[in-house]
Amino acid sequence: MKYLIALLFGLACGTALLIAGLYLNPFAGRQSLSPLAVSDNVLVVLNYSMAPAESLVFTNDGESVRKPYPLKVQQLWEPAVQKTWVTVTEMTNARGEPVGIGIKFSSNSEKSRPLRGEALVDSVWHIFLPGRGTLLVEQVENYWALLREIVIPARWSSSDSWRGSWHGSITFGPGALGTAKVTGQSGAIAGMTAEGTESVNATVYSSLDGPLAMQGSLTIGTPTANPAR
Amino acid sequence: MFRTFIFGLLLGLFGAGAYLHLVPIVDQHRVPSHVTVQTNGGNQEVFSIRLPADRIMSGQPGAAAPVPAGLEWPATPAYAGFGAELFKIRDRDDTVIGVASRMRRAAGAGNDFVEWVIHLPARGTMFLVLEPKPRDGQARSGTLGVGTGEFEFRRGSVSESFVRDSEDEDPDSDGRIDLRVALVGLQDQAK
Repeated sequence: MKYLIALLFGLACGTALLIAGLYLNPFAGRQSLSPLAVSDNVLVVLNYSMAPAESLVFTNDGESVRKPYPLKVQQLWEPAVQKTWVTVTEMTNARGEPVGIGIKFSSNSEKSRPLRGEALVDSVWHIFLPGRGTLLVEQVENYWALLREIVIPARWSSSDSWRGSWHGSITFGPGALGTAKVTGQSGAIAGMTAEGTESVNATVYSSLDGPLAMQGSLTIGTPTANPAR
Repeated sequence: MFRTFIFGLLLGLFGAGAYLHLVPIVDQHRVPSHVTVQTNGGNQEVFSIRLPADRIMSGQPGAAAPVPAGLEWPATPAYAGFGAELFKIRDRDDTVIGVASRMRRAAGAGNDFVEWVIHLPARGTMFLVLEPKPRDGQARSGTLGVGTGEFEFRRGSVSESFVRDSEDEDPDSDGRIDLRVALVGLQDQAK
């Protein structure tokens, strides 16, 4: 009997050790420097709020921490779209002026691998920039660092929230340097191909209500035209 | 007993590691595709949207009854003539398999466009560019601009049509939008 207890205790300790190793691994998931920062391209920044109540529309399966907005929006409860969420938001430039409307589709990726520090999300932006045209931004995002440094500490906190200052890039691919693929589709930017990255600036997160003060920034490095001039 | 504990510890460490490595933590629900082979090569798939049931959002400046209720669409003059819609999208069996956005602009001066993004979580995304005006007053045609996942580097065409329900069908339905997507080969860069 005592050997069985020792074995079970060892199993539990081994599993806990692995989880602790994954959680505490400082090299996993964090990418703070955007590859576009060291390129010669013209950088265009499109900002948006990640708080559902500050978007035009946000919908998901209705059971997540982030609540659909507005209240009466249809939820994505069907099995094929249950792990998908959609954000429709007005995007602003670096000066905070509205420059366009973006629709972001995000789905949990089957390529997620916790052992490698990869909590991946496949996402696509469909963006309209008045006077410029439309863009499609395709990317794979890695939320591992954000989960580890914001979401889990918020759950552990007695106030069910996290406050601080966190900045990190979430774009993981499909570009070789961890960049998103940007394609101009109509208007003056039709045919443009470029690279992009998306980063997050977080200051307040609640484990009950989701992001409260969190801003996403989509940076597009374009060699030819400035889509949000 | 200490050896048994160490054995259990290693078993737990490597067992949990093997589990996390081999068992995917995300498993998207898959619905069998209804793809038909075309006689001249390639294949075709029809996606449908039931109206108004599948409309998640309809945003346009000055809309009297926005969808969803409570939507505050920006009234900036720059968005004049622009509208965006969001739908659930179904396969031939009427099963929801993804979500789609439709953006359009009817401002004249050559800047009009109609575009679709069809996002099927288990398969990929298609970006479809259509002609701004329907060719025969009913259907629009267009091409596949960009694809991701299983649609990456594919070349194809699309037609969009509105099909009104007959009287004996669902009384709550106005009809449906059919998107017929034909994928006929690979783009040049993928060859």
